[in-house]
Amino acid sequence: MVLFEIWNHLARWNAIDAWIVATGAAASMACALPGCFLLLRRQSMMGDAISHSVLPGIVLALLAGQALHARGWFDERALASSRHAILFAGAAVMGIVCAVASESLRRVGRLDAGAALGVVFTSLFALGLLLMRLVADTIDIDPDCVLYGTLENTVLDRSGPQGIPAAFGINARMLCVNGLVLTMFFKEFRISAFDPALARSVGVSASAMHYLLMALTAVTLVTAFESVGSILVIAMLIVPAATAHLLTDRLPRMIGISLVVAASSALVGHALATAAPGVLFSRLGHPEIQDASTSGMIAVASGLFFLGAALFGPRHGIVSRRLARARLENRMVREDVLGHLFRRKERFPDAAGDSLASIRAALGIRVRTARAAMGRLRRMRWIERAGPDWRLTRLGEESARRLVRSHRLWESYLARNYPSRGALHESAERVEHFIDDDLRNQLARELDSPSRDPHGSVIPSDPEARDEGDTKAVD
Amino acid sequence: MRASNGAAARTGPDDGRSEPSPLSIRDLTVAYHLKPVIWDIDYEAPSGRLIAIVGPNGAGKSTMLAACLDLIPRTTGEVRIFGRPFRSQRGRVGYVPQRESVDWDFPVSALDVVAMGLYHRIGWCRPVTRRYRREALAALERVGMAEFASRQIRQLSGGQQQRVFLARALAQDADLYLMDEPFAGVDAATELVIVDLLRDLRSSGKTVLVVHHDLQTVEEYFDEVVLLNMRLVAAGPVEQVFTPQNLRKTYGGRLALLDRVGNRFTFGPGE
Repeated sequence: MVLFEIWNHLARWNAIDAWIVATGAAASMACALPGCFLLLRRQSMMGDAISHSVLPGIVLALLAGQALHARGWFDERALASSRHAILFAGAAVMGIVCAVASESLRRVGRLDAGAALGVVFTSLFALGLLLMRLVADTIDIDPDCVLYGTLENTVLDRSGPQGIPAAFGINARMLCVNGLVLTMFFKEFRISAFDPALARSVGVSASAMHYLLMALTAVTLVTAFESVGSILVIAMLIVPAATAHLLTDRLPRMIGISLVVAASSALVGHALATAAPGVLFSRLGHPEIQDASTSGMIAVASGLFFLGAALFGPRHGIVSRRLARARLENRMVREDVLGHLFRRKERFPDAAGDSLASIRAALGIRVRTARAAMGRLRRMRWIERAGPDWRLTRLGEESARRLVRSHRLWESYLARNYPSRGALHESAERVEHFIDDDLRNQLARELDSPSRDPHGSVIPSDPEARDEGDTKAVD
Repeated sequence: MRASNGAAARTGPDDGRSEPSPLSIRDLTVAYHLKPVIWDIDYEAPSGRLIAIVGPNGAGKSTMLAACLDLIPRTTGEVRIFGRPFRSQRGRVGYVPQRESVDWDFPVSALDVVAMGLYHRIGWCRPVTRRYRREALAALERVGMAEFASRQIRQLSGGQQQRVFLARALAQDADLYLMDEPFAGVDAATELVIVDLLRDLRSSGKTVLVVHHDLQTVEEYFDEVVLLNMRLVAAGPVEQVFTPQNLRKTYGGRLALLDRVGNRFTFGPGE
């Protein structure tokens, strides 16, 4: 029902929607590229700082353009056509100013990096506001547009060739520039982010790379501003990179994933913007709210991607780690049950098996844990019912034999090499779960295949090496 | 910031060698925030030797290396590598920084890190081609780490991480190596690998300066020793210089005069 409603919304997409998605994707991908390196340099907040600091740069650049125009150096058309170049120059300069100023403030003022940044970018932003106030009548800057951006409106300006929206054109070009610069200087960016000292000692100026990155970030941010606004652009800069960082351990792959996340956020974001509010708010009694800001929803979507990566990322994901841990714990409980049944069989060869209560008491585990382990063991056909009790099957006995063999070999190994060490059993109780066939054979070789452990118990022989003779206990 | 001027006596090395020394330091003073960290160092490293730099914490051992590599500004003095400024000799110097100096969560493999040692030779804007990757792998092999080439560096033990750093320095194929505590916090196996490697380097004519903490192994591992405590206490062959008197001078409290002068600079001259 809800799905159908969402589909209805999405089915109404037209060329405009496609351009919105394409522009959003281009902007976010362009931002994700420098974002990866900012994140790895642990300077993510630099993006926020630069996005504010560029304001005075933009205003000054526009003023300079007007001054040139007033002197007659630029005619009206030249001014209009070089508007972006002027903006970019102002932004790039301010990006570098912000980086240089915060760095020198950190050194001279003995502030930590965050505090220095806080001082610099708020001052620059305030200066920008002041300048805007001074020239408000002559320059047209819409503060709303600066803060939130209006992706939906910018694509309506289809002044580019073949009706391609200008906003898409400029963001796509920015993406190409970023891609080109980062490909060219890939190894220089990598070494200066990873080990600035080494970079300098092999002749790569880490600070030059840093300023290049700052300039690139500033220009990228200004490009994306118009479409998505100065606040949301920070999400585009950082979130795809952070998501990718959770998913991989390789830099090229991280950059690739961040691009995919960026593009998908644009698609999902616009889908959310057109479909979600109608579906959601009509149920909450506000049917008049039919859509939301696409750039906002792109940020929400990338946030969701990040959440997904943080929860389910293969190595770092919280859920994945919990699951892996739980699986390990369950396996250890199961192996403990096998070991317990095997030892009991050794001690009381005539007993049929052992009851659940007795197993639980011996291992000190809870009813639910025990039930789960027994159930799984039975499905694996490693244990079976013997009246009210449980006993090992032939298959189970083989596993148990390996486990107990590991345990006792480990005890022998410890006793031989660390004679003063107590707590043999406790150590072996932990280690037995992690000894594989290779290690077990190696232990046996090193100890000359002993037959008894330090406590005098017989070390069961290797199931593989045994003949099929004495398995009648299980049958 | 100029805060030198012969407060301590010069221990001038004798000049007049035919071949320039791998590392010659003259009048080197480095100050952080007006407080001198190392003071008036004069030192000339002999060629083809393993040299330990020894001194208490805060003696300025790492600072001395960093100043030699232009990593931090020198307040006064000059450093020459094979008779010329470091700037023109980058390719001949291999640096092994302290292990804590980098972010081990960085998404690079052991091989990537070793390949960084080759960047100077690869040159700007050129990719790391297969040929260089092979060289990096060969360097990893020399420290017994070839099987870990594709591991992300966080997934290596401390000793293995240190070996990756060494492999990187090897890949640089330098003539002078500066190593900042390569033995810090490594396991016994790695320590042996490092010692073997140092001897290898020496027998191929390289000069190696190592910041070292373990006084017990100085005599076994090194030919020469530099005793440093803000100022150069003594330098020379281990059997001549590594004496109880010199060690007491190095470790037995700061030198009183120097400390007083140093403190004045903390508050600024004239107070």
